[in-house]
Amino acid sequence: MSHAHESNLGRIWKVFGILSVITIVEVIFGILKPDVLHMNNFLSMNLLNWLFIILTLVKAYFIVWAFMHMEGEKSSLRWIVVSPIIFLVSYLLFILLVEADYIFEIFKNSTIKWNF
Amino acid sequence: MGATVTTANSEEKTWGGGNQPLGADYGKLMMWFFIVSDALTFSGFLAAYGFSRFKFIETWPLAEEVFTHFPFMHGVPAPMYYVALMTFILIFSSVTMVLAVDAGHQMKKSKVAFYMFLTIIGGLIFVGSQAWEWKNFIHGEYGAIETKGGSLLQFVDNTGKRVKLEDFAATLPEERERLEKNKGRWFMSEPALPTYSVAEVQAGFKAHPELLVRTEVLYKDDAAAKSDTKVNHELTKHKHKTILTRAESETRLANASLVVEGANLTRNEYGSKLFADFFFFITGFHGFHVFSGVVINVIIFFNVLLGTYEKRKSYEMVEKVGLYWHFVDLVWVFVFTFFYLV
Repeated sequence: MSHAHESNLGRIWKVFGILSVITIVEVIFGILKPDVLHMNNFLSMNLLNWLFIILTLVKAYFIVWAFMHMEGEKSSLRWIVVSPIIFLVSYLLFILLVEADYIFEIFKNSTIKWNF
Repeated sequence: MGATVTTANSEEKTWGGGNQPLGADYGKLMMWFFIVSDALTFSGFLAAYGFSRFKFIETWPLAEEVFTHFPFMHGVPAPMYYVALMTFILIFSSVTMVLAVDAGHQMKKSKVAFYMFLTIIGGLIFVGSQAWEWKNFIHGEYGAIETKGGSLLQFVDNTGKRVKLEDFAATLPEERERLEKNKGRWFMSEPALPTYSVAEVQAGFKAHPELLVRTEVLYKDDAAAKSDTKVNHELTKHKHKTILTRAESETRLANASLVVEGANLTRNEYGSKLFADFFFFITGFHGFHVFSGVVINVIIFFNVLLGTYEKRKSYEMVEKVGLYWHFVDLVWVFVFTFFYLV
């Protein structure tokens, strides 16, 4: 461990500041829901949701990289931890959300009705 | 062969143990692998939530109407403030945890203990806040009616503001006693009865001509929707729940079958039945993680006090439990986004 005795206090408080600011921004947007973002879509999801999801991923990056000290680990360990999650989760989300949207369309447009 | 032989540790025997190809020792590596598998578990839950939500995208409850409570601010709608506070508490306890790890690197025992203590307090406040959130969610606020078809009807006044059942339900001279075990003939019982019967809600609705019914359906501001004569177009806004005309409200209410107050695993007053199920399951599973994190933190805290790691000349155990604690924070970041924001 090369970083055994050095202190990271400055970095810790800086990351705390970043995470707090992002959370405050999220909450403000969540309460105001500006129409410019809420009513305009990109890839069939509104811009506000895109903003929330991107900010969440930024927060996740800072928690894992700074607090869990991923930035100090070997790149092989980084890949072992991060790549299965990124690939499996994107695959799972793709398959489930597309399927769910399909079921929604079926109930909406065909004679099968969801009535309970 | 020369190119494929590992060169990481040429002086010792490569397969004899003792070398660390990933630069992390056994315990830390296993904690990372546990976190990967746990992250996949939570991803599965959140993906299932996404599946159900996309399937019922037009009737899913709006989070800012469900989570509106803040301590000591009774009756004041405060969407998101409380959960934002909870997020801060958890992020801050993550900061104190990483400060404890940092102090551990410098072998400062009392500092490690102090920051561990703060982390534990933060964790306990968070679990307590979640319990309070659950209490409000289970107790409910407005009450609703479930129709025979299973859809949910809520009530608003002529300005579009939500109205509680207790504000308009009539009191009818009817006797409906709860069936309890000691009154049943053969181990029969039923769950607690709602405060009002369906007939009382229907009678109260008839007596208050200003009331309207609000359905679960999210209103879409297009030409087809605008020509719908059953919808009150003045009160209903785009991407909000649909408010019906008085005539249509009465027709729908005639189909009422149950009074729903608060939430349980079968039905809830907020909308889609799956919404409460996922809320209980995912926040409950996360809360359980926070709780076990607090327990592990307490154990490590006492080990620090006893000087176990001082004797070991390494505070790496604090680092390992810190990884778990940050992971719990990480999961909350996603739960916060997908339950409260999106």
